[in-house]
Amino acid sequence: MAPTRRKGSMDAVAALAARNGMDRREFLKRLGLTGALLTGGPALLAACGVDSASTTTTTAAPAAGSSTTAAAMSTELNIANWPFYIDVLEDGWFDTTSLDDFTAATGITVNYFEEVNDNDEFFGKYQAPLSQGQAIGRDIAVLTDWMAARFIRLGWTEELNYDNIPNAVNLVDALKSPGFDSARKYTLPWQSGLTALGYDPNMTDGELTSINDIFDPKFAGKVTMLTEMRDTMGLVMLGMDIDPATATVEDAKAATDKMQKAVDDGQIRAFTGNEYTSDLASGDAWVSFAWSGDVIQLQIDNPDLKFLVPEEGAMLWSDNMLIPKGAENKHNAEIYMNDVYDPRVAAKIESWVNFICPVNGAQQAMRDLGAEIEDDDLVALADDPLIFPTDADLAKTHIIKDLTEDEETEWNTLFQAVLGA
Amino acid sequence: MTTESPAPPEVTPPGDMQTAGAAASKSKRKRVPYLLLLPGGLWLIMFYLIPMIQLAGVSLQEGSFEAGYEFTWAWRNYTDAFAAFGGHFVRSILYAGTATLLALLIGYPLAYGIAFRGGRYRNLLLILVLMPFLTPFLLRTLAWKVILADSGWVVGVLQSIGIIAENGRLLATGWAVVAGITYNFLAFMTLPIYVSLEKIDPSLIEAAQDLYSNPRTAFRKVTLPLSRAGIVAGTLLTLIPASGDFVNAQLLGNPRQLMIGNVIDSRFLRIVDYPTAAALSFTLMVAILLIVIPYVRAVGTEDLVA
Repeated sequence: MAPTRRKGSMDAVAALAARNGMDRREFLKRLGLTGALLTGGPALLAACGVDSASTTTTTAAPAAGSSTTAAAMSTELNIANWPFYIDVLEDGWFDTTSLDDFTAATGITVNYFEEVNDNDEFFGKYQAPLSQGQAIGRDIAVLTDWMAARFIRLGWTEELNYDNIPNAVNLVDALKSPGFDSARKYTLPWQSGLTALGYDPNMTDGELTSINDIFDPKFAGKVTMLTEMRDTMGLVMLGMDIDPATATVEDAKAATDKMQKAVDDGQIRAFTGNEYTSDLASGDAWVSFAWSGDVIQLQIDNPDLKFLVPEEGAMLWSDNMLIPKGAENKHNAEIYMNDVYDPRVAAKIESWVNFICPVNGAQQAMRDLGAEIEDDDLVALADDPLIFPTDADLAKTHIIKDLTEDEETEWNTLFQAVLGA
Repeated sequence: MTTESPAPPEVTPPGDMQTAGAAASKSKRKRVPYLLLLPGGLWLIMFYLIPMIQLAGVSLQEGSFEAGYEFTWAWRNYTDAFAAFGGHFVRSILYAGTATLLALLIGYPLAYGIAFRGGRYRNLLLILVLMPFLTPFLLRTLAWKVILADSGWVVGVLQSIGIIAENGRLLATGWAVVAGITYNFLAFMTLPIYVSLEKIDPSLIEAAQDLYSNPRTAFRKVTLPLSRAGIVAGTLLTLIPASGDFVNAQLLGNPRQLMIGNVIDSRFLRIVDYPTAAALSFTLMVAILLIVIPYVRAVGTEDLVA
């Protein structure tokens, strides 16, 4: 397998985009991002802390296959991440990448695998070795909240040693205490993002304001929703005045009934992964459930495109770094996590990635970096509310509840039926 | 065709070699075909039979991933799956069958043209048929999204000549899915037919004409029967993978056009319901066998082996 990209669906999409002469960054990440699972909504703004006392005194994880002792000597680090989810030189602002800087500073060689195209696919690929207690050759995997939650439930994660990650104090308050990992014992956010409406005002013939505009018969056959269950369910529920943080199976049923009707009426053109970006760009879709970072990138080609945080609010999710059970270079993984929680490093990554940065101080660091390289665009990027949202912006966001395995199965079954499978 | 069993070992003609040595060499000769089968046989056991048995085992389990699965002879998995997704099976076979037919209607004349009229451009034309396969499957399918886009010229032309309605579309319809499958499997149809056409001795056709058959009769009585092996191989190579395809339906269809492959994908990856996914896979396999076996019996496989 090539050390960088795995042959996978997202790469294909991106490659096609490249052929069509679109900016490759517009095909950011994920076929399947996802709704966040942090915890019930209230915890979003509740600032519990990752104070080092609560996290560093625990002993190293016991289970079989763990080899933390050997790690001290290693100079390698294997990271599994989503495609286009870290700064690269091409189209970048700097002469070195954050990974180059990391290797130069620490002597640790990073093998960076852009192999997480989809949470479910990643799970399907590695569940066999992990459930047999075998290491998977990855020291960091970046997974969306709900999948990180599943990894924790299954005991497939190593506990983080915060002695090695002092910079973790820079984690923004809003993300310090998600329901699935309330003390951040196993996970640290890599990026967050919003799911809301992306649309082309030239096609819709005017501004939209509400999630329910996606059900407007004027747009029949020209709207897409996401195949990510939590994103789509969360938004539809918000439109129905149901709080996704406390929704029941009956609520889920009501939401899927509404979607099913829209499918039967021919309102919904398709449920997509990342492909909705090309649908929006080509005009095949006028209104889509969309991910914030994607729309920032689409706007480079079509400045008219809008990312709307509707009056009902938007869904907030995170992708989290975690150390898979039995990782051979756990110590290096923690050193790396510490590195990316340095505001300057975070700002450098953010300058390319354009999702929401989970690191306090990165906004100022981005302004400083912009001043240093004398680039006003970079300074201006630091004021983009989709990258560094204000507390008022975050107050409008919602987080979908932590589903138990049974609930997850029930919701998924309902949702997949709407998708036609 | 890849798993075709070879002809049974030929019986050595009884001769006058009745010595012990000859008897030993005779029994050795008897073993040779089986020894030759060994590598292929082991391969099939390792990578086909064992996974198949495992799949069968999983399809009869109950439980959930996190609570653990338990083997309980849960035949219910099959009845439940078929009750819920019978429509998807029918649709899959309908789409795959239509696509196979279309591929045959396009692929046969194509192969015929290359084989008999290709002349010195034959190899070039063959390469052109294969060329799209240098592009990954997924990209080829995504390219169709661009070609068939609502504001694209294809839809525009079809609208202006009234074949599709003014506000009609091609993408996200069953036709787009069938077109995508046809395109993606066209080479699997064309190449075997080409091979069988290319082997035909032109003097046979001349002989038919010498016997006063017109071109149409010559084609029907000589060319077509002689290319039957290619047609059988091509239709099988297209129909079987097309029935399990899920990429075309996902990218070119809408929720009402999803095929059984999409359901298996969704059960396996999204819902993490391995028993149902396994039961569906098995049912699909049986359904295909039920279609393929009578077909192969009717048209015969001798030509395939020859």
